[in-house]
Amino acid sequence: MNTSTPDLPTEFAIKTQALTRQFGSLTAVDCIELRIPHGDIFGLLGANGAGKSTVIKMLTTLLSPTSGSAEVGGYDIIKSPGDVRRNIGYVSQLLSADGALTGYENLQLSARLYGIDRAARSTRIRDALDFMGLSDSAGKLVKTYSGGMIRRLELAQAMLHHPAILFLDEPTIGLDPVARHTVWDRLLELRRDFGITVLITTHDMEEAETLCDELAILHAGRISVVGKPAALRAGLGDGATLDDVFAHYAGGSIHESGSFSDIAQTRRTAHRLG
Amino acid sequence: MKRFILESTAIVAVELIKLVRDPTEVISRAVQPVLWLVVFGQVLAQARGIHTGQLNYLDFITPGILAQSVLFSAIFYGIAIIWERDLGVVHKLLVSPALRSSLVFGKAFAAGFRGVLQAIVIYIVALALHVSIRLDPLAIVAVLASVMLGSAIFSTFSLIIACIVKTRERFMGIGQLLTMPMFFASNAIYPLDLMPGWLRVIAQINPLTYLIDALRGLMIKGGEVVHGYLVDFSVMLAVFSLLLFVAVRLYPKLAE
Repeated sequence: MNTSTPDLPTEFAIKTQALTRQFGSLTAVDCIELRIPHGDIFGLLGANGAGKSTVIKMLTTLLSPTSGSAEVGGYDIIKSPGDVRRNIGYVSQLLSADGALTGYENLQLSARLYGIDRAARSTRIRDALDFMGLSDSAGKLVKTYSGGMIRRLELAQAMLHHPAILFLDEPTIGLDPVARHTVWDRLLELRRDFGITVLITTHDMEEAETLCDELAILHAGRISVVGKPAALRAGLGDGATLDDVFAHYAGGSIHESGSFSDIAQTRRTAHRLG
Repeated sequence: MKRFILESTAIVAVELIKLVRDPTEVISRAVQPVLWLVVFGQVLAQARGIHTGQLNYLDFITPGILAQSVLFSAIFYGIAIIWERDLGVVHKLLVSPALRSSLVFGKAFAAGFRGVLQAIVIYIVALALHVSIRLDPLAIVAVLASVMLGSAIFSTFSLIIACIVKTRERFMGIGQLLTMPMFFASNAIYPLDLMPGWLRVIAQINPLTYLIDALRGLMIKGGEVVHGYLVDFSVMLAVFSLLLFVAVRLYPKLAE
């Protein structure tokens, strides 16, 4: 995949200031302050309903903040949403690849919506398929793909226009361990080879430990703690695991958290992944 | 403008690929209008119970049944939009830099092709039933253009409902609630001047009435256009523009 590192207009790839979102009387995200340097893989952790997906929706311009501001790739999410969209890639928690189309057709749709010109389109698609190890399956309908292949296809779609920043909302949810490791390998390669910045939400502590340079744990819409995984573990004492860190900072109510729709959505995704 | 066209055609291309690959829905939706023409139309034509001017009853209702078919297939388009939302497809489209208007227009235009397929089925059945179909190419092209515009209107209306109700269960209820009253409050199966005053008022603000009026003139030999083509197409274009304006603003709310 011939991704070129874009010009970096600001110090941070993602920067938020008092970013807040309310739904009626519920404050889903409460005055979030994030500073994510270029080239980092940053993990956003938290129990279901903690506000992770709401943060991602705001940063990807799918949802307007109630107050506060944010810059993504140097562009204001409210004043310049079009510029933000041109500079980001997004893999939703849901399986968004169209099962009724082939892998190639899914990528072709993305290429056309991102304005990749006709001359470059087939080369870009071929490169992306190669990079994700999907060349042999390009002509098959996506509904015949395994869960891991669908996630890799979605990563290919998200990377096709060479974004500077990638947003991944629980990208390995429902995948078997082999497929999960394949996705991680591709993400680490993307970061190593192209210096891409990644904001990832996850419930998987192994994923957070393996991928993330820095983590933030959200609880009830607020950031409980930010730091490097090793530093967070060390902060709780010898032998502490990231699970312990999560339990300590995520509010200790993991088993009671998550709305009906959150759980239903997660199960739907897991079901589609087989 | 070039960007708008490129993005809209990308959406249309995908919808057409899916339609060609799995035409089940189009085929199943073709059954109902065939029944209306073959059973209802023929029986009522024998009974001669409804005065339809110089046209026999089967000639009179054929454009109405085509419009009904367009309405019924387009009005449930919102279900597919809600399904796409549940699958995350809407989120992916909205995170792309594509214009919101291109995405909505592309969906509407793609629905138009479904309407065209319905029209082809009805032409075949109507010819088999010896309906006085106008077969000059210009008239056929105009009918297909009207069908595309009608499909675009009702599918965009459907998209707006989908954006408001957001669940398939609620949508099904509202879809059922809207389709039959829209059909009966139109000139599909009886002329406007047979309606009571209150129903005629509703029919006059029903876009389906203008689609049927245009189709009756364009499709049937000797078909009378009550409002005139200029009025029919002006109303339909104005309604489509208004619905498009609203839909472009509501569509992004689906991903919130």
